Amino acid sequence: MSLLDYFRTSKTGSASVAKERLQILVAHERSSRNQPSYLPQLQRELLEVIKKYINVDQEAISFNFEQDDDQETLELNIVLPDHHAKNS
Amino acid sequence: MARIIVVTSGKGGVGKTTTSAAIAMGLAKKGHKTAVIDFDVGLRNLDLIMGCERRVVYDFVNVINGEASLNQALIRDKHCDLLYILPASQTRDKDALSQEGVGKILEDLSRDFEYIVCDSPAGIEKGAHLAMYFADDAFVVTNPEVSSVRDSDRMLGLLSSKSRRAEQNEEPIKEYLLLSRYSPDRVKLGEMLSVDDVQEILSLHLLGVIPESKSVLNASNSGTPVILDEKSDAGQAYADIVARYLGEDKPHRFIDEKKGLFGKLFGSK
Repeated sequence: MSLLDYFRTSKTGSASVAKERLQILVAHERSSRNQPSYLPQLQRELLEVIKKYINVDQEAISFNFEQDDDQETLELNIVLPDHHAKNS
Repeated sequence: MARIIVVTSGKGGVGKTTTSAAIAMGLAKKGHKTAVIDFDVGLRNLDLIMGCERRVVYDFVNVINGEASLNQALIRDKHCDLLYILPASQTRDKDALSQEGVGKILEDLSRDFEYIVCDSPAGIEKGAHLAMYFADDAFVVTNPEVSSVRDSDRMLGLLSSKSRRAEQNEEPIKEYLLLSRYSPDRVKLGEMLSVDDVQEILSLHLLGVIPESKSVLNASNSGTPVILDEKSDAGQAYADIVARYLGEDKPHRFIDEKKGLFGKLFGSK
């Protein structure tokens, strides 16, 4: 980065960073706002059950709750490890 | 039937009480009988901003508990005959408010008043919840700053799910954005979120921009709502907001930076 670039970036200011951060955060919080309140509990319990059979950690499981006008979809994604069975 | 307005924000210190005092005074000055209620039980301040702190005898909680009548507790404003203040209790805790009690008071006030302005406490607890629960309109006071915008968005979520209108499947609360402590100069430099940025994030109807102004502190120092300082930029901004709310067509002001002497002399336009 040249000296000129340094002055340019300082001139664009921090407001654009603020806007970008807020857009991401607000979108995320809005999507989780409409979720049913039992979802975190369901997520924890499902994880416990899955862990009984498969060696997975928290990051390998993702939940996605979507709401259309007439239907709700709960999507559960599990990335299985290479040797997944606990007793094999 | 009165129209119930909640002044809310989630975050503290953004100008809810200043705004409540200003718009209640503005509505009353326009000839509408208005009551303004402080919902911040335990931390009352509206009385101080309205300059009636020494005339408080009974409060909101006294009325809910039947220890005083509404007429005994309402304080008539010294500047405007059509404006009444219902102060919060300073000694009780916030659990002293109940949904039934608040509903009953608002119902009684509705018979006699045209507008009821509910000054919400910060946060999302009981006082804030009850301040917005019965509302018809919400004035969401937001500063052009990340935490305030985020908290405003959270309040919008609550307005659309935890209010009486939402619970009874009625027409939703009308939500308006009031962007306060705005500095056009800093926006120009890229140091502050612009009106457009905040509107884009919150997708709210803009009722007005209140510029960062020395007159707000002057007004609170003396206990006169800033809207009465007709020469000040913030006072004029609130007057515009009241007019727009009542359906008048007022172009937005205070969005672009003021030109200094140098700018006036040498600026292109």
